[in-house]
Amino acid sequence: MKNKKYDAIVKKNTPKESRLRNGIVVFFAGGAIGALSELLLNAYSVWLDLPRKESGILVILTLIAISSILTALGIFDVCVNVLKSALIIPITGFAHSMTSAALEYKNEGLVLGIGANIFKLAGTVILYGVVSVYIFGIIRLLIIGG
Amino acid sequence: MTYLYAFLFCGIVCLISQIILDNTKLTPGHVTSLFVVIGAFLDIFGIYDKIVLYAGAGALVPITSFGHLLVHGAMDMAGNIGILGLTMGLFDLTAAGISVAIVLAFLLALVFKPKH
Repeated sequence: MKNKKYDAIVKKNTPKESRLRNGIVVFFAGGAIGALSELLLNAYSVWLDLPRKESGILVILTLIAISSILTALGIFDVCVNVLKSALIIPITGFAHSMTSAALEYKNEGLVLGIGANIFKLAGTVILYGVVSVYIFGIIRLLIIGG
Repeated sequence: MTYLYAFLFCGIVCLISQIILDNTKLTPGHVTSLFVVIGAFLDIFGIYDKIVLYAGAGALVPITSFGHLLVHGAMDMAGNIGILGLTMGLFDLTAAGISVAIVLAFLLALVFKPKH
């Protein structure tokens, strides 16, 4: 009886996360980020008279700068709680992981704190990216030769 | 029309990752690593290039484009100077993003205090 009561209280008080609601929010927020960055890309290529490839890189840099600054101000974490993977999967998540790791280990010193931990989370992205490119690149060179 | 495709592609990629996160025990780190590998895989036979052609920046912003840009840099250089180019050109296109992220993270960590 006691256990049942306890279970009921736990069940009542755990925050409910509707997967459907999560999915809808993430789809529209992620889509909005994609569409806005396309708008930014067109704006850059008109204002600065750049080809599409260069303005694409400029868009990525802009997103990295915005999310790093928002992370340092503490706003990004609040947004991630609401928008979830809509902010983690775009390149903003990569910048966020580096800035937050750097801030978190700041107290342990410049070298052993920031230096040793800055790639703590972003390192997996770079590691698996590089390893997979070596494997796929060699396969492609062997099959179609470049 | 590019705006619609950008919206759909970026939204669907984020949705897939949210479904994986909600229904399995994988962490965001696992999902981002997985997506980078998928992006690199889609680019070996030029599929991701076609997506970029239609979705524009919508395909450049998700982390899958990191794998795509790595493959692109490596393959461009490999086309010029052979297999050694694979090792030399790897970071050609992603260097801007990585270096800006490192410099900003370092400078911001010096200035700001962590918030909890």
